[in-house]
Amino acid sequence: MADWQPSAGLDQIRARAELYRTVREFFSERQVLEVETPILSAAAVADPHLDPLRSSYRGPGQQGLQLFLQTSPEYPMKRLLAAGSGPIYQICKSFRNGESGRRHNPEFTMLEWYRPGFDDRQLMAEVEALLLAVCGCSSARYISYRQLFIEHLQIDPHPADAMQLQKIAQQHLDIDLQLDDRDGWLDLLFSHLIEPRLQQATFVFDYPETQAALAQVCEDEAGVKVARRFELFVQGIELANGYLELTDGEEQQQRFLKDQNTRQQLGLQPLPIDERLVEALKSGMPACAGVALGMDRLLMIAESCEHIDQVLAFPLARA
Amino acid sequence: MASYSTNEFKSGLKVMIDGDPCAMVDVEFVKPGKGQAFTRVKMRNLKSGRIWERTFKSGESVEAADVMDRDMEYLYTDGEFWHFMLTDGSFEQFAADKAAVADATQWLKEQDVSVVTLFNGVPLAVTVANFVELEVTETDPGLKGDTAQGGSKPATLSTGAVVRVPLFINEGEVLKIDTRTGEYVSRA
Repeated sequence: MADWQPSAGLDQIRARAELYRTVREFFSERQVLEVETPILSAAAVADPHLDPLRSSYRGPGQQGLQLFLQTSPEYPMKRLLAAGSGPIYQICKSFRNGESGRRHNPEFTMLEWYRPGFDDRQLMAEVEALLLAVCGCSSARYISYRQLFIEHLQIDPHPADAMQLQKIAQQHLDIDLQLDDRDGWLDLLFSHLIEPRLQQATFVFDYPETQAALAQVCEDEAGVKVARRFELFVQGIELANGYLELTDGEEQQQRFLKDQNTRQQLGLQPLPIDERLVEALKSGMPACAGVALGMDRLLMIAESCEHIDQVLAFPLARA
Repeated sequence: MASYSTNEFKSGLKVMIDGDPCAMVDVEFVKPGKGQAFTRVKMRNLKSGRIWERTFKSGESVEAADVMDRDMEYLYTDGEFWHFMLTDGSFEQFAADKAAVADATQWLKEQDVSVVTLFNGVPLAVTVANFVELEVTETDPGLKGDTAQGGSKPATLSTGAVVRVPLFINEGEVLKIDTRTGEYVSRA
Protein backbone atom coordinates (compact mmCIF):
# COMPACT_ATOMS: atom_id res chain seq x y z
CA MET A 1 0.00 0.00 0.00
CA ALA A 2 1.29 3.42 -0.97
CA ASP A 3 -0.28 5.19 2.00
CA TRP A 4 2.04 3.77 4.67
CA GLN A 5 3.74 7.13 4.95
CA PRO A 6 2.70 9.80 7.48
CA SER A 7 0.36 12.50 6.23
CA ALA A 8 2.04 15.07 8.47
CA GLY A 9 5.39 16.48 7.44
CA LEU A 10 8.42 15.90 9.65
CA ASP A 11 8.32 19.60 10.53
CA GLN A 12 4.82 19.18 11.97
CA ILE A 13 5.81 16.00 13.80
CA ARG A 14 8.68 17.91 15.42
CA ALA A 15 6.39 20.91 16.10
CA ARG A 16 4.10 18.60 18.05
CA ALA A 17 6.94 17.45 20.30
CA GLU A 18 7.95 21.08 20.82
CA LEU A 19 4.34 22.03 21.63
CA TYR A 20 4.05 19.31 24.28
CA ARG A 21 7.34 20.47 25.80
CA THR A 22 6.12 24.08 25.96
CA VAL A 23 2.80 23.05 27.48
CA ARG A 24 4.48 20.88 30.13
CA GLU A 25 6.86 23.70 31.03
CA PHE A 26 3.94 26.13 31.21
CA PHE A 27 2.10 23.98 33.74
CA SER A 28 5.21 22.94 35.62
CA GLU A 29 6.02 26.62 36.28
CA ARG A 30 2.49 27.12 37.54
CA GLN A 31 2.61 24.01 39.69
CA VAL A 32 -0.22 22.27 37.93
CA LEU A 33 0.18 18.51 38.26
CA GLU A 34 0.26 16.27 35.18
CA VAL A 35 -2.05 13.29 35.63
CA GLU A 36 -3.20 10.28 33.67
CA THR A 37 -6.65 8.68 33.74
CA PRO A 38 -8.05 5.69 31.83
CA ILE A 39 -9.05 6.04 28.20
CA LEU A 40 -11.44 3.10 28.59
CA SER A 41 -14.42 3.56 30.89
CA ALA A 42 -17.44 1.51 31.89
CA ALA A 43 -19.54 4.69 31.90
CA ALA A 44 -20.09 6.81 28.84
CA VAL A 45 -20.32 10.49 28.07
CA ALA A 46 -23.82 11.90 28.63
CA ASP A 47 -23.82 14.65 25.99
CA PRO A 48 -26.41 13.62 23.36
CA HIS A 49 -24.34 15.16 20.56
CA LEU A 50 -21.34 12.97 21.30
CA ASP A 51 -21.15 9.37 20.17
CA PRO A 52 -18.52 7.28 21.99
CA LEU A 53 -16.65 4.39 20.39
CA ARG A 54 -17.04 1.06 22.13
CA SER A 55 -14.81 -1.84 22.91
CA SER A 56 -15.27 -5.14 24.71
CA TYR A 57 -12.94 -6.64 27.28
CA ARG A 58 -12.65 -10.39 27.87
CA GLY A 59 -10.44 -11.83 30.58
CA PRO A 60 -10.38 -13.35 34.04
CA GLY A 61 -13.84 -12.89 35.49
CA GLN A 62 -15.13 -10.99 32.46
CA GLN A 63 -17.11 -12.48 29.62
CA GLY A 64 -17.25 -9.26 27.65
CA LEU A 65 -17.22 -6.05 29.61
CA GLN A 66 -18.42 -3.12 27.56
CA LEU A 67 -15.91 -0.29 27.74
CA PHE A 68 -16.27 3.11 26.11
CA LEU A 69 -13.38 5.11 24.73
CA GLN A 70 -13.43 8.50 26.42
CA THR A 71 -14.71 11.50 24.47
CA SER A 72 -12.75 13.64 26.94
CA PRO A 73 -11.02 12.95 30.30
CA GLU A 74 -13.50 15.21 32.12
CA TYR A 75 -15.21 12.71 34.44
CA PRO A 76 -12.15 10.91 35.86
CA MET A 77 -10.25 14.19 36.23
CA LYS A 78 -13.10 15.57 38.31
CA ARG A 79 -12.91 12.48 40.48
CA LEU A 80 -9.25 13.31 41.11
CA LEU A 81 -10.22 16.88 42.03
CA ALA A 82 -12.82 15.59 44.48
CA ALA A 83 -10.11 13.36 45.94
CA GLY A 84 -8.02 16.47 46.69
CA SER A 85 -5.55 16.46 43.79
CA GLY A 86 -5.33 20.25 43.54
CA PRO A 87 -4.73 21.80 40.10
CA ILE A 88 -4.22 19.14 37.41
CA TYR A 89 -3.74 18.81 33.67
CA GLN A 90 -3.61 16.00 31.17
CA ILE A 91 -2.60 15.55 27.54
CA CYS A 92 -4.45 12.51 26.23
CA LYS A 93 -6.14 10.85 23.32
CA SER A 94 -9.90 11.27 23.07
CA PHE A 95 -12.30 9.64 20.63
CA ARG A 96 -15.54 10.71 18.98
CA ASN A 97 -17.42 8.43 16.67
CA GLY A 98 -18.66 9.92 13.41
CA GLU A 99 -16.42 12.99 13.48
CA SER A 100 -14.16 13.24 10.49
CA GLY A 101 -13.34 16.22 8.30
CA ARG A 102 -11.01 19.12 7.76
CA ARG A 103 -10.92 19.88 11.49
CA HIS A 104 -11.96 16.53 12.92
CA ASN A 105 -10.35 13.16 13.28
CA PRO A 106 -12.22 10.53 15.33
CA GLU A 107 -9.07 10.03 17.43
CA PHE A 108 -7.53 13.29 18.55
CA THR A 109 -5.38 14.78 21.30
CA MET A 110 -6.86 16.88 24.03
CA LEU A 111 -5.27 19.09 26.63
CA GLU A 112 -7.55 19.41 29.61
CA TRP A 113 -6.89 21.22 32.85
CA TYR A 114 -8.63 22.20 36.09
CA ARG A 115 -7.95 25.09 38.42
CA PRO A 116 -9.47 24.92 41.92
CA GLY A 117 -10.26 28.44 43.14
CA PHE A 118 -10.37 29.91 39.62
CA ASP A 119 -13.52 31.23 38.02
CA ASP A 120 -14.15 31.16 34.26
CA ARG A 121 -12.71 34.66 33.75
CA GLN A 122 -9.44 33.75 35.46
CA LEU A 123 -9.17 30.53 33.48
CA MET A 124 -9.75 32.39 30.19
CA ALA A 125 -6.80 34.61 31.09
CA GLU A 126 -4.67 31.52 31.68
CA VAL A 127 -5.72 30.01 28.33
CA GLU A 128 -4.70 33.28 26.70
CA ALA A 129 -1.31 33.10 28.42
CA LEU A 130 -0.82 29.56 27.12
CA LEU A 131 -1.78 30.66 23.62
CA LEU A 132 0.81 33.41 23.83
CA ALA A 133 3.48 30.97 25.03
CA VAL A 134 2.70 28.48 22.27
CA CYS A 135 2.14 30.54 19.16
CA GLY A 136 2.77 34.13 20.15
CA CYS A 137 -0.83 35.04 19.35
CA SER A 138 -1.49 38.71 20.03
CA SER A 139 -4.00 39.62 22.71
CA ALA A 140 -7.43 38.06 22.60
CA ARG A 141 -10.84 39.63 22.43
CA TYR A 142 -13.49 38.82 25.06
CA ILE A 143 -17.15 39.00 24.11
CA SER A 144 -20.36 37.48 25.42
CA TYR A 145 -22.41 35.04 23.36
CA ARG A 146 -25.20 37.62 23.33
CA GLN A 147 -23.03 40.51 22.11
CA LEU A 148 -21.55 38.31 19.43
CA PHE A 149 -24.98 37.46 17.99
CA ILE A 150 -26.04 41.10 18.16
CA GLU A 151 -22.84 42.17 16.43
CA HIS A 152 -23.02 39.63 13.59
CA LEU A 153 -26.72 38.81 13.21
CA GLN A 154 -28.48 41.70 14.95
CA ILE A 155 -30.40 39.46 17.30
CA ASP A 156 -30.30 38.77 21.03
CA PRO A 157 -30.00 34.95 21.12
CA HIS A 158 -31.36 34.46 24.64
CA PRO A 159 -35.01 35.48 24.17
CA ALA A 160 -35.12 34.47 20.46
CA ASP A 161 -37.35 31.51 19.63
CA ALA A 162 -36.69 28.75 17.09
CA MET A 163 -38.86 30.44 14.42
CA GLN A 164 -36.89 33.70 14.58
CA LEU A 165 -33.58 31.87 14.43
CA GLN A 166 -34.75 29.71 11.55
CA LYS A 167 -35.78 32.82 9.63
CA ILE A 168 -32.33 34.36 10.02
CA ALA A 169 -30.69 31.10 8.97
CA GLN A 170 -32.86 30.98 5.85
CA GLN A 171 -31.92 34.54 4.96
CA HIS A 172 -28.22 33.66 4.91
CA LEU A 173 -27.99 29.97 4.10
CA ASP A 174 -29.42 27.52 1.60
CA ILE A 175 -31.05 24.95 3.85
CA ASP A 176 -34.01 22.62 3.69
CA LEU A 177 -33.92 21.04 7.11
CA GLN A 178 -35.79 20.65 10.35
CA LEU A 179 -33.92 20.93 13.63
CA ASP A 180 -35.06 19.53 16.93
CA ASP A 181 -34.79 22.66 19.03
CA ARG A 182 -33.61 26.25 19.17
CA ASP A 183 -30.14 25.12 20.22
CA GLY A 184 -29.85 23.39 16.85
CA TRP A 185 -30.58 26.69 15.11
CA LEU A 186 -28.15 28.53 17.37
CA ASP A 187 -25.48 25.93 16.49
CA LEU A 188 -26.22 26.38 12.80
CA LEU A 189 -25.99 30.17 12.95
CA PHE A 190 -22.91 30.12 15.11
CA SER A 191 -20.96 27.53 13.13
CA HIS A 192 -21.83 28.90 9.68
CA LEU A 193 -22.15 32.65 10.11
CA ILE A 194 -20.15 33.64 13.16
CA GLU A 195 -17.31 31.17 13.74
CA PRO A 196 -15.65 31.72 10.31
CA ARG A 197 -15.41 35.43 11.11
CA LEU A 198 -13.63 34.92 14.44
CA GLN A 199 -10.13 35.20 12.99
CA GLN A 200 -8.56 37.08 15.87
CA ALA A 201 -8.29 34.99 19.05
CA THR A 202 -11.73 35.44 20.64
CA PHE A 203 -13.13 34.21 23.93
CA VAL A 204 -16.91 33.85 23.84
CA PHE A 205 -18.54 33.58 27.26
CA ASP A 206 -21.95 33.33 28.95
CA TYR A 207 -23.57 30.66 26.75
CA PRO A 208 -27.31 29.98 26.68
CA GLU A 209 -28.53 28.15 29.75
CA THR A 210 -29.65 25.27 27.51
CA GLN A 211 -26.04 24.80 26.35
CA ALA A 212 -24.58 24.68 29.85
CA ALA A 213 -23.30 21.09 29.58
CA LEU A 214 -21.43 20.83 32.92
CA ALA A 215 -21.08 24.55 33.60
CA GLN A 216 -22.75 26.46 36.40
CA VAL A 217 -25.77 28.53 35.52
CA CYS A 218 -25.89 32.09 36.88
CA GLU A 219 -27.70 35.32 36.12
CA ASP A 220 -25.80 37.74 33.91
CA GLU A 221 -25.84 41.54 34.33
CA ALA A 222 -29.15 41.70 32.41
CA GLY A 223 -30.73 39.22 34.81
CA VAL A 224 -30.83 36.42 32.21
CA LYS A 225 -29.81 32.93 33.24
CA VAL A 226 -26.67 32.01 31.34
CA ALA A 227 -24.15 29.19 31.50
CA ARG A 228 -20.73 30.14 32.86
CA ARG A 229 -19.19 28.43 29.89
CA PHE A 230 -16.66 29.86 27.45
CA GLU A 231 -15.12 28.91 24.15
CA LEU A 232 -12.00 30.11 22.38
CA PHE A 233 -11.87 30.63 18.60
CA VAL A 234 -8.73 31.39 16.62
CA GLN A 235 -8.60 31.82 12.84
CA GLY A 236 -12.21 30.67 12.63
CA ILE A 237 -11.42 27.42 14.45
CA GLU A 238 -13.09 26.28 17.67
CA LEU A 239 -10.09 25.63 19.89
CA ALA A 240 -11.16 25.33 23.53
CA ASN A 241 -14.24 24.91 25.69
CA GLY A 242 -14.30 25.69 29.40
CA TYR A 243 -16.62 25.93 32.39
CA LEU A 244 -17.00 27.35 35.78
CA GLU A 245 -17.55 23.79 36.86
CA LEU A 246 -20.71 22.39 38.28
CA THR A 247 -19.83 20.96 41.70
CA ASP A 248 -23.29 20.02 42.96
CA GLY A 249 -23.76 16.23 42.88
CA GLU A 250 -27.56 16.41 42.85
CA GLU A 251 -27.58 18.88 39.98
CA GLN A 252 -25.04 16.70 38.15
CA GLN A 253 -27.35 13.70 38.45
CA GLN A 254 -30.28 15.79 37.14
CA ARG A 255 -28.29 16.88 34.10
CA PHE A 256 -27.27 13.29 33.36
CA LEU A 257 -30.91 12.24 33.49
CA LYS A 258 -31.91 15.15 31.28
CA ASP A 259 -29.25 14.15 28.74
CA GLN A 260 -30.56 10.56 28.88
CA ASN A 261 -34.06 11.84 28.08
CA THR A 262 -32.76 13.88 25.18
CA ARG A 263 -30.93 10.81 23.85
CA GLN A 264 -34.16 8.87 23.96
CA GLN A 265 -36.11 11.63 22.21
CA LEU A 266 -33.48 11.66 19.48
CA GLY A 267 -33.86 7.91 19.12
CA LEU A 268 -30.37 7.23 20.46
CA GLN A 269 -29.41 4.27 22.57
CA PRO A 270 -29.22 5.04 26.31
CA LEU A 271 -25.69 4.88 27.70
CA PRO A 272 -24.53 4.02 31.22
CA ILE A 273 -24.33 7.10 33.45
CA ASP A 274 -21.11 7.75 35.38
CA GLU A 275 -22.38 7.17 38.91
CA ARG A 276 -18.84 7.42 40.26
CA LEU A 277 -18.67 11.03 39.10
CA VAL A 278 -21.97 11.80 40.81
CA GLU A 279 -20.68 10.21 44.01
CA ALA A 280 -17.41 12.16 43.77
CA LEU A 281 -19.30 15.43 43.45
CA LYS A 282 -21.58 14.52 46.32
CA SER A 283 -18.56 13.83 48.51
CA GLY A 284 -17.40 17.37 47.77
CA MET A 285 -15.61 18.79 44.77
CA PRO A 286 -13.68 22.06 45.18
CA ALA A 287 -15.02 25.13 43.37
CA CYS A 288 -13.02 25.26 40.16
CA ALA A 289 -12.87 26.10 36.50
CA GLY A 290 -11.78 23.66 33.80
CA VAL A 291 -11.07 23.75 30.11
CA ALA A 292 -10.41 21.35 27.24
CA LEU A 293 -8.28 22.40 24.28
CA GLY A 294 -7.77 20.58 20.98
CA MET A 295 -4.03 20.06 20.57
CA ASP A 296 -4.21 19.02 16.92
CA ARG A 297 -6.11 22.20 16.09
CA LEU A 298 -3.65 24.27 18.10
CA LEU A 299 -0.91 22.73 15.96
CA MET A 300 -2.90 23.53 12.81
CA ILE A 301 -3.02 27.17 13.88
CA ALA A 302 0.63 27.33 14.97
CA GLU A 303 1.78 25.62 11.76
CA SER A 304 -0.72 27.34 9.42
CA CYS A 305 -2.19 24.02 8.26
CA GLU A 306 -5.55 23.90 6.47
CA HIS A 307 -6.36 20.26 7.23
CA ILE A 308 -6.00 18.31 10.46
CA ASP A 309 -4.37 15.46 8.50
CA GLN A 310 -1.37 17.76 7.99
CA VAL A 311 -0.56 17.59 11.70
CA LEU A 312 -1.43 13.92 12.31
CA ALA A 313 1.14 11.22 11.58
CA PHE A 314 -1.56 8.74 10.64
CA PRO A 315 -5.14 10.03 10.45
CA LEU A 316 -8.15 7.72 10.19
CA ALA A 317 -7.58 6.83 6.52
CA ARG A 318 -4.03 5.66 7.29
CA ALA A 319 -4.53 4.39 10.85
CA MET B 1 -34.61 5.43 -6.03
CA ALA B 2 -31.24 5.22 -4.33
CA SER B 3 -30.29 7.90 -1.85
CA TYR B 4 -27.18 8.95 -0.01
CA SER B 5 -26.90 9.88 3.67
CA THR B 6 -24.54 12.66 4.75
CA ASN B 7 -21.94 10.08 5.81
CA GLU B 8 -21.68 8.98 2.17
CA PHE B 9 -21.25 12.52 0.84
CA LYS B 10 -18.03 13.15 -1.07
CA SER B 11 -16.97 15.35 -3.91
CA GLY B 12 -18.12 14.06 -7.29
CA LEU B 13 -21.33 12.54 -5.90
CA LYS B 14 -24.38 13.29 -8.11
CA VAL B 15 -27.63 14.08 -6.31
CA MET B 16 -31.02 15.64 -7.00
CA ILE B 17 -31.51 19.08 -5.44
CA ASP B 18 -34.82 20.88 -6.00
CA GLY B 19 -35.48 18.72 -9.06
CA ASP B 20 -32.14 19.34 -10.75
CA PRO B 21 -29.16 17.01 -11.01
CA CYS B 22 -26.20 18.41 -9.10
CA ALA B 23 -22.64 17.35 -8.40
CA MET B 24 -20.90 17.80 -5.07
CA VAL B 25 -17.77 19.90 -5.50
CA ASP B 26 -16.60 20.07 -1.90
CA VAL B 27 -17.92 18.49 1.30
CA GLU B 28 -17.19 19.85 4.76
CA PHE B 29 -18.12 18.32 8.12
CA VAL B 30 -19.14 21.07 10.54
CA LYS B 31 -19.69 20.30 14.21
CA PRO B 32 -19.37 22.42 17.31
CA GLY B 33 -17.73 20.44 20.12
CA LYS B 34 -20.95 20.54 22.11
CA GLY B 35 -23.59 20.73 19.44
CA GLN B 36 -25.41 19.62 16.37
CA ALA B 37 -23.42 18.21 13.43
CA PHE B 38 -23.92 19.54 9.90
CA THR B 39 -22.55 18.79 6.47
CA ARG B 40 -21.86 21.80 4.30
CA VAL B 41 -21.64 21.04 0.60
CA LYS B 42 -20.44 23.17 -2.28
CA MET B 43 -22.72 22.04 -5.07
CA ARG B 44 -22.77 22.49 -8.84
CA ASN B 45 -26.06 22.43 -10.71
CA LEU B 46 -25.30 20.26 -13.74
CA LYS B 47 -27.98 21.96 -15.83
CA SER B 48 -27.23 25.60 -15.13
CA GLY B 49 -23.62 25.31 -13.99
CA ARG B 50 -24.44 27.40 -10.92
CA ILE B 51 -22.20 26.75 -7.91
CA TRP B 52 -23.49 27.42 -4.42
CA GLU B 53 -23.41 26.05 -0.87
CA ARG B 54 -26.09 24.05 0.88
CA THR B 55 -26.07 22.81 4.46
CA PHE B 56 -27.51 19.47 5.54
CA LYS B 57 -28.22 18.11 8.98
CA SER B 58 -26.02 15.09 9.68
CA GLY B 59 -27.94 11.90 9.05
CA GLU B 60 -30.15 13.51 6.41
CA SER B 61 -30.51 11.69 3.08
CA VAL B 62 -30.58 13.03 -0.46
CA GLU B 63 -31.89 11.32 -3.57
CA ALA B 64 -29.20 10.11 -5.96
CA ALA B 65 -29.23 11.54 -9.48
CA ASP B 66 -29.09 9.05 -12.33
CA VAL B 67 -26.16 10.81 -13.92
CA MET B 68 -23.22 9.20 -15.67
CA ASP B 69 -20.35 10.27 -17.85
CA ARG B 70 -19.78 8.24 -21.04
CA ASP B 71 -17.19 8.47 -23.79
CA MET B 72 -18.89 9.12 -27.13
CA GLU B 73 -17.85 9.84 -30.68
CA TYR B 74 -19.39 12.89 -32.33
CA LEU B 75 -21.21 11.93 -35.55
CA TYR B 76 -23.06 14.89 -37.05
CA THR B 77 -25.62 17.60 -36.43
CA ASP B 78 -28.97 17.99 -38.12
CA GLY B 79 -29.21 21.58 -36.95
CA GLU B 80 -31.49 20.77 -34.04
CA PHE B 81 -29.63 17.90 -32.41
CA TRP B 82 -26.01 16.83 -32.18
CA HIS B 83 -25.64 13.08 -32.56
CA PHE B 84 -23.15 10.99 -30.61
CA MET B 85 -22.29 7.28 -30.47
CA LEU B 86 -20.92 5.27 -27.56
CA THR B 87 -17.32 4.16 -28.04
CA ASP B 88 -17.87 0.89 -26.14
CA GLY B 89 -18.69 -1.00 -29.34
CA SER B 90 -22.44 -0.96 -28.73
CA PHE B 91 -22.99 1.63 -31.50
CA GLU B 92 -25.75 3.07 -29.32
CA GLN B 93 -26.55 6.64 -30.34
CA PHE B 94 -27.68 9.68 -28.36
CA ALA B 95 -29.02 13.03 -29.53
CA ALA B 96 -27.98 16.09 -27.53
CA ASP B 97 -29.93 19.32 -27.82
CA LYS B 98 -28.49 22.82 -28.00
CA ALA B 99 -28.67 23.34 -24.24
CA ALA B 100 -26.63 20.17 -23.67
CA VAL B 101 -23.88 20.86 -26.20
CA ALA B 102 -23.79 24.58 -25.39
CA ASP B 103 -20.31 26.01 -25.98
CA ALA B 104 -18.94 22.61 -26.98
CA THR B 105 -20.37 23.08 -30.51
CA GLN B 106 -17.47 25.23 -31.55
CA TRP B 107 -14.99 22.41 -30.89
CA LEU B 108 -16.96 19.37 -32.08
CA LYS B 109 -15.25 17.60 -34.96
CA GLU B 110 -16.64 14.44 -36.47
CA GLN B 111 -15.12 11.26 -35.02
CA ASP B 112 -13.56 13.09 -32.06
CA VAL B 113 -14.39 11.56 -28.67
CA SER B 114 -16.05 13.70 -26.00
CA VAL B 115 -17.52 12.98 -22.58
CA VAL B 116 -21.30 13.09 -22.69
CA THR B 117 -23.05 13.38 -19.33
CA LEU B 118 -26.31 11.44 -19.34
CA PHE B 119 -29.14 12.31 -16.96
CA ASN B 120 -31.86 9.66 -16.92
CA GLY B 121 -30.38 8.39 -20.18
CA VAL B 122 -30.57 11.78 -21.95
CA PRO B 123 -27.53 13.95 -22.74
CA LEU B 124 -27.28 16.73 -20.19
CA ALA B 125 -23.86 18.14 -21.01
CA VAL B 126 -21.02 17.59 -23.45
CA THR B 127 -17.41 18.06 -22.39
CA VAL B 128 -14.93 18.04 -25.24
CA ALA B 129 -11.32 16.96 -24.75
CA ASN B 130 -9.00 19.62 -23.28
CA PHE B 131 -7.15 19.77 -26.59
CA VAL B 132 -8.58 19.41 -30.09
CA GLU B 133 -6.95 19.60 -33.51
CA LEU B 134 -8.83 21.68 -36.08
CA GLU B 135 -8.11 22.92 -39.57
CA VAL B 136 -7.90 26.63 -40.45
CA THR B 137 -10.51 27.38 -43.13
CA GLU B 138 -10.03 31.10 -43.32
CA THR B 139 -7.37 33.59 -42.27
CA ASP B 140 -5.33 36.43 -43.74
CA PRO B 141 -2.27 35.27 -45.67
CA GLY B 142 0.68 34.27 -43.50
CA LEU B 143 3.47 36.79 -43.04
CA LYS B 144 6.88 35.13 -43.22
CA GLY B 145 9.61 36.37 -40.90
CA ASP B 146 7.22 38.17 -38.63
CA THR B 147 7.28 35.61 -35.81
CA ALA B 148 9.47 37.69 -33.52
CA GLN B 149 6.83 40.38 -33.33
CA GLY B 150 4.49 38.00 -31.55
CA GLY B 151 1.54 39.56 -33.29
CA SER B 152 -1.70 37.68 -33.87
CA LYS B 153 -4.67 37.61 -36.20
CA PRO B 154 -8.08 35.93 -36.21
CA ALA B 155 -8.49 32.53 -37.89
CA THR B 156 -11.70 30.67 -38.59
CA LEU B 157 -11.55 26.93 -37.95
CA SER B 158 -13.44 24.07 -39.61
CA THR B 159 -16.01 24.05 -36.80
CA GLY B 160 -16.71 27.76 -37.23
CA ALA B 161 -14.80 28.77 -34.10
CA VAL B 162 -12.64 31.88 -34.40
CA VAL B 163 -9.36 31.94 -32.48
CA ARG B 164 -6.37 34.27 -32.33
CA VAL B 165 -3.37 32.69 -34.06
CA PRO B 166 0.21 33.84 -34.81
CA LEU B 167 0.71 35.75 -38.05
CA PHE B 168 2.62 32.87 -39.74
CA ILE B 169 -0.36 30.51 -39.74
CA ASN B 170 -1.90 29.76 -43.14
CA GLU B 171 -5.21 28.40 -44.35
CA GLY B 172 -5.30 24.63 -44.47
CA GLU B 173 -3.01 24.18 -41.49
CA VAL B 174 -4.16 22.01 -38.58
CA LEU B 175 -3.86 23.65 -35.15
CA LYS B 176 -3.93 22.38 -31.58
CA ILE B 177 -6.43 24.36 -29.49
CA ASP B 178 -6.99 24.39 -25.71
CA THR B 179 -10.78 24.14 -25.45
CA ARG B 180 -10.83 25.34 -21.83
CA THR B 181 -9.44 28.75 -22.77
CA GLY B 182 -10.24 28.75 -26.49
CA GLU B 183 -6.61 29.58 -27.21
CA TYR B 184 -4.18 28.46 -29.89
CA VAL B 185 -1.47 26.15 -28.53
CA SER B 186 0.64 25.11 -31.53
CA ARG B 187 0.60 23.64 -35.00
CA ALA B 188 -0.66 20.08 -34.74
